[in-house]
Amino acid sequence: METTTLIEQLPEVTAAGVAIKAILILAIISAVAGFGTYLERKVLAFMQRRLGPTHVGPYGLLQIAADGIKLFTKEDIVPQHANALIFKVAPVITAATAFIALAGVPVFPDFTIPEFIPVLGGTFVPSIASDVNVGILFVIGMMAAGLYGPLLAGMAQANKWGIIGAARTAIQFLSYEVVTGLSLLAPIMLVGSLSLIDFNEAQSGGFTSWFIWQQPVAFVLFLIAGFAETNRTPFDLLEHEAEVISGYATEYSGMRWGMFFIGEYANMITISILAAVVFLGGYNDFGFIAGWIMILFKVAFFFFLMLWVRAAWPHVRPDQLMWLCWKVLMPIAVINVVVTGIVMMV
Amino acid sequence: MGLEQFKNRNVGTQEYKVLDLQESPKTPMAKFAQVAKRTFKGELFVGLGVTVREMINALFRGQMHTVKYPLEKLPISPRYRAIHEMLRLLESGHYRCIGCGLCEKICISNCITMETRYDENQRKEVSEYTINFGRCIFCGYCAEVCPELAIVHGPRYETASEQRASFSLFEDMLTPIDKLSLQQEYDGFGAVSPNADENIKKTPLAY
Ligand code: SF4
Ligand code: SF4
Repeated sequence: METTTLIEQLPEVTAAGVAIKAILILAIISAVAGFGTYLERKVLAFMQRRLGPTHVGPYGLLQIAADGIKLFTKEDIVPQHANALIFKVAPVITAATAFIALAGVPVFPDFTIPEFIPVLGGTFVPSIASDVNVGILFVIGMMAAGLYGPLLAGMAQANKWGIIGAARTAIQFLSYEVVTGLSLLAPIMLVGSLSLIDFNEAQSGGFTSWFIWQQPVAFVLFLIAGFAETNRTPFDLLEHEAEVISGYATEYSGMRWGMFFIGEYANMITISILAAVVFLGGYNDFGFIAGWIMILFKVAFFFFLMLWVRAAWPHVRPDQLMWLCWKVLMPIAVINVVVTGIVMMV
Repeated sequence: MGLEQFKNRNVGTQEYKVLDLQESPKTPMAKFAQVAKRTFKGELFVGLGVTVREMINALFRGQMHTVKYPLEKLPISPRYRAIHEMLRLLESGHYRCIGCGLCEKICISNCITMETRYDENQRKEVSEYTINFGRCIFCGYCAEVCPELAIVHGPRYETASEQRASFSLFEDMLTPIDKLSLQQEYDGFGAVSPNADENIKKTPLAY
């Protein structure tokens, strides 16, 4: 992994610590992603005055397990005329890039494994699996690379809906990526660093030092682009059932489809963490509330916001998305960057 | 609620609400103005507000829509016409049917089959009574024509079974004798109207 070169520069973080962290991220975020599906169904149900899953386990909690069993035991179908290799690789790309992106963001507080545990005792487990000094760039780049998943999947499956889904992936990617980059540029200029740690330090001055107050426009732009990036309503063009069946995922079933799903939910978490760290004061303590609880709150809020928006808003057409990104958001982002620059100079 | 509004077939005179649809903007400037107006009017937040209001209604004000169907059921109208029931007389517990055969006669799909005979007291006794539910169209005529309110439509609408014979014998439709106290008077199709007492007139014999 790309982390190994960095370990030498950071004396206290050992390879074992990073490995433990990686396993932790994989295990916990997969579980949280599974739990996210449950939350999504529950919250959407409540917003439509339904009950959501109720019958499997208390409050329907074991529905996740039931879904997992279903996904694992489903027949694995590769369509006849599909390009089998690419068809099989595509979901792995989505899931893998989603988790690799998580390597660059701070998830959970750091801790040291107590001494009494054999072998691993005393190992320091960092908060970020690899504190790359271009953290934001790395995360955004990884999530962008994740778009290869839907793109290849759609093109490999020899299905018209898949092709349309892949085409939509391409235009969506072309549209929002510019906005993501430009909207993050303004806060990056303010901090003068691409490291998420520096972002966190820059906002350690309490509530008023959060970048959302200095960069409200950038925050809104980033949120909009984030919704497009994670392929959520109102920008869920890739797999909108009413129009393209399931888009790129039409021919997928079982665990391959599940990997797309886990990837999507992991991306939601990543975008939530990014938004929280870059704009909402990150994992700094807030009054008497510890920082790691604060970041949980913030991430939970963004996650809820995504579900909330899905319940409330209709989704846009592909041409509307391109219109929005290129003709509205990008000019605003550029103006925002210029204005930030001028203000910094003066 | 009266029936007047349902009987009114005069479409043109009803009160329609005309939506306030504005003209689509034509010039680029007007289009821009519309976008700007919609962006800053906060309509999207109204949408978010509505969903969260519904969520609060559902969770805290007991306005959840879901009916957990097999566990709980919605009340059905008394005029609903489901599987038939044969009622008993409350006093004696004897079945009400007097074997007049009107229901058999009126049934438009010819699905009631009955046989009667005289019992030892020279009273009519129903010896056979079945309804072929494969043919019944649940029109309700039998319930309407019955002079004794003996055959009525019950509320039992879950009629999936292995054999339709499960419902169709006289004994199956008859109120069980131990449930007699629970027997509901039928107020659906063909029943005595609620204001029946007011409609009673003396028979005009003084011609
Ligand atoms: S409901 Fe109609 S079709 Fe059915 S048994 Fe009665 S009269 Fe015949
Ligand atoms: S109309 Fe009523 S009383 Fe007459 S035979 Fe039918 S069920 Fe019996």
